[in-house]
Parts: sequence; C-alpha cells; structure tokens
Amino acid sequence: MDLIYCLWRRQVMAYLRAPGRVFSALAQPFLFLVALGLGFSPIYQQAGRGDYFAFLVPGVLGSCILFNTVFAGNDLLWDRQFGFIKETMVAPASRTCILFGRALGVTTVALIQAVLVGVVCSVAGLHKVPAGGVLIAFGFAVLIAIFFSFIGSILGSILKDTQSFGQIVNFVATPLFYLSGAVFPLEGQKLLVVTLTSLNPLSYGIDGMRGALGGQYYYDPLMSVFILIVVNIVAAFAATFAFSRVRPD
Amino acid sequence: MKETAAFQASDMISVQNVVKEYGKKRAVNDISFSVKAGEVFAFLGPNGAGKTTTIKMLTTLLPPDKGVIKIDGMDVARQAYEVRRRFGVVFQDCTLDQTATVYENLWMHCSFYQIPRSERKRRIAEVLELFNITSHQRVIVEKLSGGLKRRVELARALLHQPVLIFLDEPTLGLDPQSRRLLWDHLHFLKKTQNLTVFLTTHYLDEVERFADTVAVINQGKIIAAGSVSDVISHAKGQTLEDAFLSLTGQLSERESVFFAGKTEIEDALPEADN
Ligand SMILES: Nc1ncnc2c1ncn2[C@@H]1O[C@H](COP(=O)(O)OP(=O)(O)OP(=O)(O)O)[C@@H](O)[C@H]1O
Ligand SMILES: [Mg+2]
Repeated sequence: MDLIYCLWRRQVMAYLRAPGRVFSALAQPFLFLVALGLGFSPIYQQAGRGDYFAFLVPGVLGSCILFNTVFAGNDLLWDRQFGFIKETMVAPASRTCILFGRALGVTTVALIQAVLVGVVCSVAGLHKVPAGGVLIAFGFAVLIAIFFSFIGSILGSILKDTQSFGQIVNFVATPLFYLSGAVFPLEGQKLLVVTLTSLNPLSYGIDGMRGALGGQYYYDPLMSVFILIVVNIVAAFAATFAFSRVRPD
Repeated sequence: MKETAAFQASDMISVQNVVKEYGKKRAVNDISFSVKAGEVFAFLGPNGAGKTTTIKMLTTLLPPDKGVIKIDGMDVARQAYEVRRRFGVVFQDCTLDQTATVYENLWMHCSFYQIPRSERKRRIAEVLELFNITSHQRVIVEKLSGGLKRRVELARALLHQPVLIFLDEPTLGLDPQSRRLLWDHLHFLKKTQNLTVFLTTHYLDEVERFADTVAVINQGKIIAAGSVSDVISHAKGQTLEDAFLSLTGQLSERESVFFAGKTEIEDALPEADN
C-alpha cells in the first residue's frame, strides 16, 4: 500500500512540477471546444438538436482523459530508457503494486486536468450542470481514466522508443476519440459507425458523463457502468502481464 | 577454475558456467567464480568485456542463458525476491528518478524495501550525512551535477543495509574527497557488518589499495582470478596495471600506432615553437 502511494505521489508531483505540461495538456481540449464548437454549433442548432456546446463538453472531457492517460505511457518508456526502471526491478517489491501505483497516479493527473477543463467550461457558461450529476459524471470519468491508464501502461511496456511512441499512440487514440460519440450524436448514424462506437469503451464513459451532466443517455447508464468495470478488469490483467515482461534495455 | 565443483557455504556469490548472449553476440562466455562473504572483489576488464552484463545477471535483471548463480546460498533464478532483499546496487548509468528530489528518491527506496516509516527519516539523514549531500536533499535530481548524482545513488544503495553491494564503476566522476569517503565507509561496513563488495572499475590503483580478490574478464571469458598479488605475479607484472595490460592485450595495433604518432608530434613540438 505504501509503495502504491509512493509511486502515485511520484506521478502527481511530476505533473505539478511541470507547469508547461499542465498548460499544454489543457490547450488541446480548448482547441477542440473552440474549433469544433464554433464550427458545428450552427449546423447542430439548425438540425433542431439544441446547444452543441452542451453536447460537446463531455466529449472534450473524455478526450482530455483519453489523451492524458494514454500518452502517460511515455513516462514508463522514459523510465525504461533512462534507468529508473532498474531501481524498481531490483527491489523486492511486487511488480503489480508498482504498476498500480503508477496507473493510479496517471489516472489522478488526468482527472485533475479533466476537472480543470470542466470548471472552466461551466464558468464560461458553456453548459449548465445539475449538482448531483457532477458526481455521477465524475464516476464515469474515473472509470475511463483508469482504463486508459492501463492501456497507456501496456503501450509503454511493449513499445521500444519514445520517438515512435507519439506516432503510434496518436494512431491508436485519434480513432478512439472520433469514434466515441464525442463529437457527433449517434442517432441516425450508419450501422458501421454505431457498431464501431459501441466497441469503444470510451463511448460509454462519454455517454455516461453526457447523461449525468443533463444531456441524453444513448446507452443505458447501468449497462455502461457494467461494461466499463468489465473492461477495466480485463485491462488490469493485460497491463499486469505486459508490465511483468518488461526487461531493461 | 578450481572451485567450480561445489558451492561453499561461505560464498556470498557463486557463479557457475554462466553464459549470456545478445542475439549472436556472446557477451558472457561460460564464466565461473565465487566471492566470499566480507570480501572486496574487483571485477576488471576492458570496455565491452562483459562486466555490466554480469552484474545485470547477478542482480536478477537479466536471466542467464545457461548456468547457475547463487547469492548467499540462494538461486537467483528461483528465489529472486529473497535475493533482492540482500543486495544493494549502483549501476553504471544513473537510475535515479530525475523528476523527484534527492529526499523523495531516498524515501521511495525505503518504500521499495519496506523499511518501517518510523525508521526512514533517521536512516535517510544518516546516508545524506555520510555522503555529504544533506544540503542538496530538496533539489530535483535532474539539476544535480554528475558527481552528486553518483553520491545520491551510493547513499541510496546503502539505505536498506544490504549484506552485499554491487558497484558498477562507482567512483566514475567522483572528486577525490568523495572517493575517499566512499572507500572509508565501505571499509567500515566491511569491518563492522561483514559487507561484501562486488565492484568494477577502471581505476586500478583503487583496486590495488582496497580489493582482496580480483577477476579479469576479457571478451566474455575470465582470464585470471585470485588475490591481487597472485594476479600480478601470474602475469609477471610489477603493478596491477602491467598485469592488466599484458593479460588483456597491450594496446591494439592501431592504438599503438596512434600513441607512437603522438610521441613523434610531442618530440616535434619544440621545433615548431622555434
Ligand atoms: N542490450 C544489449 N544488446 C546487445 N548487445 C549488448 C547489450 N548490452 C551489452 N551488449 C554487448 O555485450 C558486450 C558486453 O557489454 P558490457 O556492457 O557487459 O561490457 P562492460 O564490460 O560493462 O564494458 P564497459 O567497461 O564499457 O562498461 C559488449 O560487446 C556490448 O556491445
Ligand atoms: Mg559496463
């Protein structure tokens, strides 16, 4: 437990010590908000669907969590390349604890970012939040943050160098973002899009947040929670396996 | 070598017929040796000889392709967890968390080794004091000089009071004061706690002064082993450096030519000045 806490703290402190990182990680969600929001708002309203920003904000929160957690796999790759992993691997400590401490740290950092984005959005009046919904939305945020932290850990365990990491992760994360119902509603979409979206765990998290924050649920929220818990368990095992096979260069 | 037959009870480290290959390259080629508890053992060899690879296998980081390694009587492959509790290690390359402070690095180490919280502060203060880095404890490691990082790593390796310590070129980049501090302290621990030291270094004067036994490895094979004086007389040298050079091949042809060329240039210099 103490070890998990220590590694969790390490991750959070590294985040707090790099204000540049805080800022650049916040820049992306706002870019989405401004570009997509301003661009699609009129069309959305003409189609009689109401406020596009209110629709988009949960999607942007989801993207913020997705990109922050998956890219944090890069930290693991850094540790592998720059030695600290050796300190952890010669220690009489459980690899699973090491992995979980790290993943929870990454999760926390991503949630802090998402909350910051959410706060700014509501201060800017981009959406109105029913008080009770915030907690439920936060619960969904936690579930996808943990899931994608594990995914990031898996990528950080199996990929080889930090340069290709960015490209590969973009290649994985970008389709996950666009096919998650983050940007457009699923009603009336082609079957292919609906199917692909339904295969993406992120969709359930974003849909859950959207419903909780006063929008429409597309999926049954209880089913979403169930699906997210199941995929989290699977991801935890997969990440434990991948991390147990990490060797220093 | 003689002692390949059986494990001796007093052996802290025992390596038997160990082989490690990277792809087709045989980095360690069937080596066997042992180190007694309380000994300072120097593992010498030219660059690329296989020293670091051997340390990685001894510290459970790399599984050997063949052979058996025992530490304190335990099989490294099968009892890795138990083995890890017993040794401390300073690797050739820095393994500190660069994003954290010195103090946080040490605290994390305590956590890795399950040192009770109540003892951590005291132990950390001790090693900080020992390596003269107390005033740097709040500094982010990334901002420290190379020598200071080295001292933090040494402090960290002793934090959990291991019975055996691996040091891969520990004095590289250390100033003479720190070097002296390190050796004095290792000696103190050897005397008081029977600490075993396994070290690699390219500073042969250090070895002559402090090591009890040495082994020389070249191209993955051990080519000499024994006490310092044994190895020197075996190679018919005057100093350990003579012995080392004659054992591992003086200088390659090209390097000799280069040095010859250099003397010529130096000879020629005064003339050029005039
Ligand atoms: N990860 C690796 N992949 C492939 N080859 C490697 C790897 N690590 C080491 N080698 C090779 O194995 C051989 C032994 O390397 P090692 O690092 O053990 O040498 P060393 O004795 O520690 O040298 P030095 O004094 O330079 O530190 C070298 O030929 C090196 O090129
Ligand atoms: Mg080496």
